[in-house]
Formats: sequence, structure tokens, C-alpha cells
Amino acid sequence: MQQMSRPSVIIKLILGLLWFIVHLAISLFSLWFDLIYSIECYLISFGLIPKYRKFQLDRLKHLAVVVDSREAKNVAKINQLLCWLSNVGVKYVCLYDIDGVLKKTFAPAMNGSRYGNSGKYLDVGANTKALTCCHKEMTIECISGSDGKDGIAKAASLLCSTCVNGNRNTCGNGEIVFTEADMSGALKAIGCGGPEPDLLLVYGPARCHLGFPAWRLRYTEIMQPGEATYAVQFSSSIAPNQ
Amino acid sequence: MLGSHISYSPSVNPKTENPDELIATGVLASLQNFIRKCIVAVLSYGPMPKHIAFIMDGNHRYAKFRSIQEGSGHRMGFSALIASLLYCYEMGMKYITVYAFSIDNFKRDPTEVKSLMELMEEKINELLENRNVINKVNCKINFWGKLDMLSEPVRVAAEKLMASTAENKGLVFSVCMPYNSTSEIVNAVNKVCAERRDILQREDVDSVANNGVHSDISVADLDHHMYSAGCPDPDIVIRTSGETRLSNFLLWQTMFSHLQNPDPLWPEFSFKHLVWAILQYQRVHPYIEQSRNLAKKQL
Repeated sequence: MQQMSRPSVIIKLILGLLWFIVHLAISLFSLWFDLIYSIECYLISFGLIPKYRKFQLDRLKHLAVVVDSREAKNVAKINQLLCWLSNVGVKYVCLYDIDGVLKKTFAPAMNGSRYGNSGKYLDVGANTKALTCCHKEMTIECISGSDGKDGIAKAASLLCSTCVNGNRNTCGNGEIVFTEADMSGALKAIGCGGPEPDLLLVYGPARCHLGFPAWRLRYTEIMQPGEATYAVQFSSSIAPNQ
Repeated sequence: MLGSHISYSPSVNPKTENPDELIATGVLASLQNFIRKCIVAVLSYGPMPKHIAFIMDGNHRYAKFRSIQEGSGHRMGFSALIASLLYCYEMGMKYITVYAFSIDNFKRDPTEVKSLMELMEEKINELLENRNVINKVNCKINFWGKLDMLSEPVRVAAEKLMASTAENKGLVFSVCMPYNSTSEIVNAVNKVCAERRDILQREDVDSVANNGVHSDISVADLDHHMYSAGCPDPDIVIRTSGETRLSNFLLWQTMFSHLQNPDPLWPEFSFKHLVWAILQYQRVHPYIEQSRNLAKKQL
């Protein structure tokens, strides 16, 4: 019996070795392409590539950034990112992480208190504040996983309560037909309404939206920095809906 | 596993439309099959996705670039779809979902919409009559979407195909048409609300003291009423032709799905692109699993 299973063990080892070699080769190529991409980014940021010297951001009204919750704990990096975005000319950025780390980090500043690094926060809304940083004004919104599926469930509960609680005859016995507009209204009512970003940047090892609110993700361009020269493809990548 | 003398190469013969004609014998085909099996065996050493979703973008552009009749792009897209379905089955995938037609697509040029509807009706009827492909993968076909928006012949054909494959236990092939993720979510909300109303009306009839308090709608309640109830979330979502938008596709179900946007147009999508997609997925799989487990712990 042991002699019969040996060939299958050997085949499995060979397959494993081939699989490992394939992935090693892909990793090496990725490192190489990442290096070229980083050099290109540096050249662009120093203005050495003529066609990227001026780019229009007027079509980028709202930007969203998805951050892995573990990386979101690095406040200095997030602040640096916000400064970069502000320098580039972004006016509205929505920061998202699934666990709400960013909300907790920026929450103390949401009520108008001063922040240490020469930025000034104004109370604009529950999850939103205006930041004056690096001499440019930018609105920042922080959302989390609870604004995603949970937010939709809460909005559904709100809609349902108009039919089921209180006056039970409101919806009668016919088919209940809430529309997408009704859901949008309900989401706004519970504080989960917000602009649909034109571009969503995913900072993390994988291009996943990690539960970004569905109602705001319908026609958003989703990019992962490192996959494309995103810093200058903002304007060319933003296309009309669909 | 399918038989060893099967080869699918829709891109070779532009006139190939019938799924039957995709199955060819020959020495070259056998060699191709053997190589393909070896590649699948190596790939399968790592984590394999169970559910792949495709946004089949680029049929229109394909026809335009090759200066062929517009409808031919979609026909070749259908051939690529059947080929991909069979390759995915070979790789052990259990669920395939495709975005065939968006509710927003009704806003397109009426002649294009009409020809798309006619193509869909033709292909559904073809699958109903010639069940080779369905039987090979023991396919259960679902149609997700607002079927009442389809014209009568298409809707009837789709319902017939769903009914005739309902008992199959093999590959689950879900066709989203006409579909919008937000419309799916609203549909689930409507169903949950109707259920709650019916329960409360029954409680009224029983004259049990009811102060109107009931539990809020939960994420799980909505999950059970989505079109995709019973299907696991997609592991990979592939949108061909390099576009980076999800265009209102499976927004609820793709929380931890790896979003990929390869450059080839949909009719050009082939086995090698699928292999590359899976290799990319295997590279990020540990991170995605970790994120998924962390999210589960939070609940």
C-alpha cells in the first residue's frame, strides 16, 4: 500500500515545486515592474515627463480611498496621504476602512477642535470635516464598514417601519414597491448618504473594495496604486457613467 | 473532468457559434487537452476560487476593431462565454456568474437592444434544444434580475431554461439580466418588508397583544432575499477590456472579492487569461482570507 501511494506523493511534490516556481517567477517580475513604476512616479512628480506636467483635476469632484484597517492605524501615513491629496488639488476625499479605525482617529477633531500640525478642522457634518492643510482647503469624510451593508440594513428598517409599524394600512395588502430613490432617501436620512466618488483608490495588497457602501460605488473607477500610473490617470480614467 | 478529446477554441473560427461545434477531436486537440490538464494540475496545488463573476465587456469594441457586423461581436462573446464556462468547470469551479445585460443598457440605441434581446432568445432556445453543454457540466442555470423587464419571448425562454435545469447538481451558472445591484438590494428590501407585514398581519388576526415592536432588518435578512441567496460570494470579479468600474454589479456580494480588469476584450478572453487571473488571485488569497476572518470575528 505504501509503495502505491509513493508515486502520488512524488507527483504532488513535483506539482508543488512547479507551483512555487511559477509564483516565484511572477513575484520577481512584479518586483521589477513595481521598480519601473516607482521610477516613473518619481520622474512624473519631479515634472520630468512633459506630457504629465499639467493635468486637469476638474473632473475629479470626489475621491475615495480604501485603506486596510491595520494600515489605517498609522496616523502619520494617513496625514501624509491627505497632505499629498490636498497638494494635488483634490477638494473632497472620503476615507474608508472596514473597522472604523479612521473614524476613531479623526473623530476627536470632528467637533471643531484644533489639530496639532497646523491644520484646522471645521465641523461640517457628522463624518465630515474641512481641512485646511498645506494652504489648500479639502473636505474629508470618514466612513467604515458600518456605513456599508449595515447602513443599507438600517435604511431598509427605516423604510419597513413606514409600512409595518404605526399605520399598518399605509402599504395596504398589495405588493410593497420601494424604489432605489426611496432607498437613497432613507440612506440620507440615517446619515449614510454622501456623494458618489469618481475615483476610488485601494491601498492594500489586494484590489478589493472591502465593503465600501454599495450606493456610492455604482460607477466609480476603482484603482489600486501600483497597478497604474494613477497620479496622472485621474483625469483620463474618469469617464461618464457606464 | 470532461473527456480527453475535447477542445474549445472559439477564437480560431469566427463562424463557430453552435456550442456543439466547439467540441472537436484530433491529435492537436488531445495535445492541447493534455497541456491544459497539466496546467490545471499545477494551479490546483494552490487555493482555487469556487465562484468567478465576469463582466463581459468589449463585444461592441471587438466588432468595431475588426470591422465586422456589430451583432457578431456579441455572438463571439457568447462563444467565449461557453468556452470559459467549460474551462472553469475543468478547474473545479462550482459557481460562475456573468453580467449579461444591465438595466441601464435599456437606454442604449433601441436597434442594439433589440438585436441583443434576439440573440439572447436565440441562445437560450439553443441551450434548451441542444443540451450537450448543459449535460456535460450538469449545469443549473439561474437568471438573476428583473425578468419582467424582458420581452415576453425572452422571459418565457429564460424561465423554461431555469425550470429545466433546476434539479441539476453540477456547475451553477447565473446570468444577470437585466440586472442592477441596487435594484437587487431594493428587491430584497421589498421582500423582507412584505414578509414582516404579513407576519404582523397574522399576529393581528390572532389577536395577540402586539405593541408593534419587532426586530430591525439585519444584513442576514437581506442576504437571504438576494438573487444570490445560496451562492457563496464571488472570489474573483473579472471585467474585461481594462475598465475599472463595477457598473452596479454584485456590489453587495463583492466585499472580499478580488477585482481584476484584464485588458483583452471579452471575445478574446481565453484559457491563458483565466490561468493568469487565478494566479493573481492565489497571490492575494492569504490577505483576503485574513481580512475575511477578521471581519467575521468582529460580528
